[in-house]
Amino acid sequence: MGGSILGNRVLRKEDPKFLTTGGVYVDDMLDEPLLRGAVHVTYVRSSVAHGLINSIDVSDALSMPGVIAAFTGEDLGLEQIPSPYNPMATRTLLATGKVRYVGEPVAVIVSETREQGEDAAEAVIVDYDVLDALVDLEEAMASTNLIYDACGSNVVFDSMVLGLPDNTGDAYFADCEVVVKGRYINQRVAPCPLEVRGAAAAWGTDGRLVEWLSTQHAQGAVAPIAAANGIDPSQVHVKTPDVGGGFGAKIGAYPEELLLGVIAKRVGKPVRWRETRSESMVGLGHGRAQLQYVTIGGTRQGKVTHYQLWAIQDSGAWVDMGTILAPFMTRPMSSGVYAIPNIECRTTSVVTNTTPTVAYRGAGRPEATAAIERAMDMFAAELGMDAAEVRRMNLIPKFLEPHTTVVGQTYDVGDYETSLDKALEAADYKGWRAKQQAARASGAAVQIGIGISVYVEITGGVGNGESAKVEIQDNGHALVYTGTSPHGQGHATSWAMLTSEQTGIPVEDIELVWGDTDLVPIGTGTMGSRSLQQGGNAVFAVSGELVNKAKAVAARLLEASEADIVLDKDTAAFHVAGTPAVSKTWADLALAEKQAGGLAHSDVIGVAGATFPFGAHVAIVEVDTETGKVRHIAHTACDDAGKVLNPMLLEGQIHGGVAQGAAQALMEEVRYDLDGNPITSNLADYAFISAAELPSVTVVHMETPTPVNLIGAKGIGESGTIGATPALQSAVIDAVAHFGVRHIDMPTTAEKVWAAIQSTR
Amino acid sequence: MKVSITVNGTTREDDVEPRTLLVQYVRETLGLTGTNIGCDTSSCGACSLHLNGESVKSCTVLAVQADGGSVTTIEGLAQNGEMHPMQKAFMENHGLQCGYCTPGMVMASIGLLNENPNPTEDEVRLGLEGNLCRCTGYHNIVKSVLACANATK
Repeated sequence: MGGSILGNRVLRKEDPKFLTTGGVYVDDMLDEPLLRGAVHVTYVRSSVAHGLINSIDVSDALSMPGVIAAFTGEDLGLEQIPSPYNPMATRTLLATGKVRYVGEPVAVIVSETREQGEDAAEAVIVDYDVLDALVDLEEAMASTNLIYDACGSNVVFDSMVLGLPDNTGDAYFADCEVVVKGRYINQRVAPCPLEVRGAAAAWGTDGRLVEWLSTQHAQGAVAPIAAANGIDPSQVHVKTPDVGGGFGAKIGAYPEELLLGVIAKRVGKPVRWRETRSESMVGLGHGRAQLQYVTIGGTRQGKVTHYQLWAIQDSGAWVDMGTILAPFMTRPMSSGVYAIPNIECRTTSVVTNTTPTVAYRGAGRPEATAAIERAMDMFAAELGMDAAEVRRMNLIPKFLEPHTTVVGQTYDVGDYETSLDKALEAADYKGWRAKQQAARASGAAVQIGIGISVYVEITGGVGNGESAKVEIQDNGHALVYTGTSPHGQGHATSWAMLTSEQTGIPVEDIELVWGDTDLVPIGTGTMGSRSLQQGGNAVFAVSGELVNKAKAVAARLLEASEADIVLDKDTAAFHVAGTPAVSKTWADLALAEKQAGGLAHSDVIGVAGATFPFGAHVAIVEVDTETGKVRHIAHTACDDAGKVLNPMLLEGQIHGGVAQGAAQALMEEVRYDLDGNPITSNLADYAFISAAELPSVTVVHMETPTPVNLIGAKGIGESGTIGATPALQSAVIDAVAHFGVRHIDMPTTAEKVWAAIQSTR
Repeated sequence: MKVSITVNGTTREDDVEPRTLLVQYVRETLGLTGTNIGCDTSSCGACSLHLNGESVKSCTVLAVQADGGSVTTIEGLAQNGEMHPMQKAFMENHGLQCGYCTPGMVMASIGLLNENPNPTEDEVRLGLEGNLCRCTGYHNIVKSVLACANATK
């Protein structure tokens, strides 16, 4: 027996293509017959953050070289579309009447070449009555200057509308011996997938609309595309080419994508659209953007008894997914890994004249973890206790049966103290504390900071299961169809491993099909760290069922009882137990079933619920106290994602998440001026983290399988941003704590760190 | 303007507009779409390729500047179906995820080792500062480059 392939470092079968010819992303589809003769779409974007549109004049643009057409929202007869999260907020896909953020699409140019479109877009004259822009969250919350008049307020969602109680203020802490307060800014960041958004659309001769989309969820785009085009969803076919990263920001379809079918129909030609990076920085949704008022209280011995969080979520200028992350992701995870007997958490989501916020790697959980971890640090500092020890005192003890926190969230399994111990040991926590003491004693300019975070998060919270189909081809190879949507995660390899484990068919003979809504009509896509535990789980279960089907066929061919048929996974052949010399291969069985429609099995496999991966991160930084400059010099991550399918891919996910966590903690921030003009709208101005700002990451393995799915897997895609961000922020503050600094908001830039030190002098 | 450029070993004669960028020429005129575009400020390095043996960001070079020169793109690296040692190192060390930065990253990494065949980890990190990746956290990219340097010693 060769043994199980699961748990092995199987190299990615998708890599040779990416490494030799490059992937085929939406802008690379030069040979697609349906896109022959395609013309280019360029959107004209609002240059003001908040304003009434008096007029849009496209006449100059229309006379420019190569311009085929130009449309406004009124030209296209666009109707108001309500937000799914607050139906009082409505918009048209091209702004009509009012613009609400810089970058909002207001008109569209269709041209022979992309460059002609860019030139013509600049010739469109939009006359605005400029309104005061609301950039500051608290100002927007209180303002009578309304971004959506029908909402009656800029508060567009509040946890209290769900029947949840308000926070009760300082009275809540009356019995606490020690109370610490904080106001934390979990700043707005840009997801920045390396591939920006792009799409193409063509109407087929059968009258159906085909749209190619750089997306994380093709199936989810069908209904909104159908609605935008006024057709039945059965008339929409979405295809997903290779996707160059998404990080949550490519979950939902955007106005620019939804309108392509309408535009293609108007001009009678297929159309292509690809934004520039500068457009992407204002058009693709942003992440985080939460203001947190935190109070933590407890005993002088270090036991936390009370915690109160008011999370104010910046929705940006549309009531998009970002709006609901605070109530539905941050709030349920507000207790973190701690057994806190009293918690109040209210969330309030507010519209501002900024780019709408959406899910970004972690999506509401990094914010929850940042709040409680920062609060724990400030509580420990107030008591003069070690941050690791205060955490240890308050951790929920190991549990292998479901545990429900006081906010009502049930976790599947957890062993937080072990993850903390493992991370501290691997990071040489004691050694670094000794080095820190020595550096402080020496009074050196460069000081050392050590940051810890212990986290738990929710994964697989989206969807209750996933579709899978496994089909045996004439040559005995397998085609696996999945409702997940890989864009870097390596599903082609992982799902092949799962099918190979069940069928014995080698990984190299198994190909993956995804993101094509005709071939895979049911799918929830890739988001929320759900893919392996739901999609992989379904592939594993369906492959197992296919083996049972195949055994029945083999029994018929071998004239034996089905119960006596065994599958030899080493040879991928079926035989009667005890007589391996006479066997039937997968190809034999596929041939035998050809007349009956082929050998395949498909199903939608449910899971029993979400899973709650956890872990601990230790970050080490050096801070130059004369300049405030921070260097991230070491990082240890112990992440427990349950049963591991491919440790190489798991580590890759951790590395990437840690980098994005470090990026938020140390460098990246989307900024606006007071008039709502973006000042970080390209990659020269936005502090996208590079290799030079990061250390290599020490990964410590830990596996506590979940009972929630067949394969025992939890999610790993977002753990890095959740665990690393607070550890890094904490490390920077720790490096200057001896000056009396208790808090520095993210990103902890040299300027902010220097100012924090100065403020203590 | 007429240009004559040897791309992946084949000499091409083409008429290009003077303002055509080398990346546009490679992608649009030659259909070599392995070279990607990730920004508009020469920040990301996704369009890195080799011009006369040196790694360049092809969004900052005009096609006419490459006239008479020799260009290698990701498509020209493998020889007789055998991947270049850097391509192998990226595969073996999981140095790529979504693949979008990968062609540029591989070309820049080869350029880095051409200049410094035996770099330290810090030298690799600094050397790749101009090539952005959002998926890998650079950990396995750095590992790939160091592995390639070791393998070709």
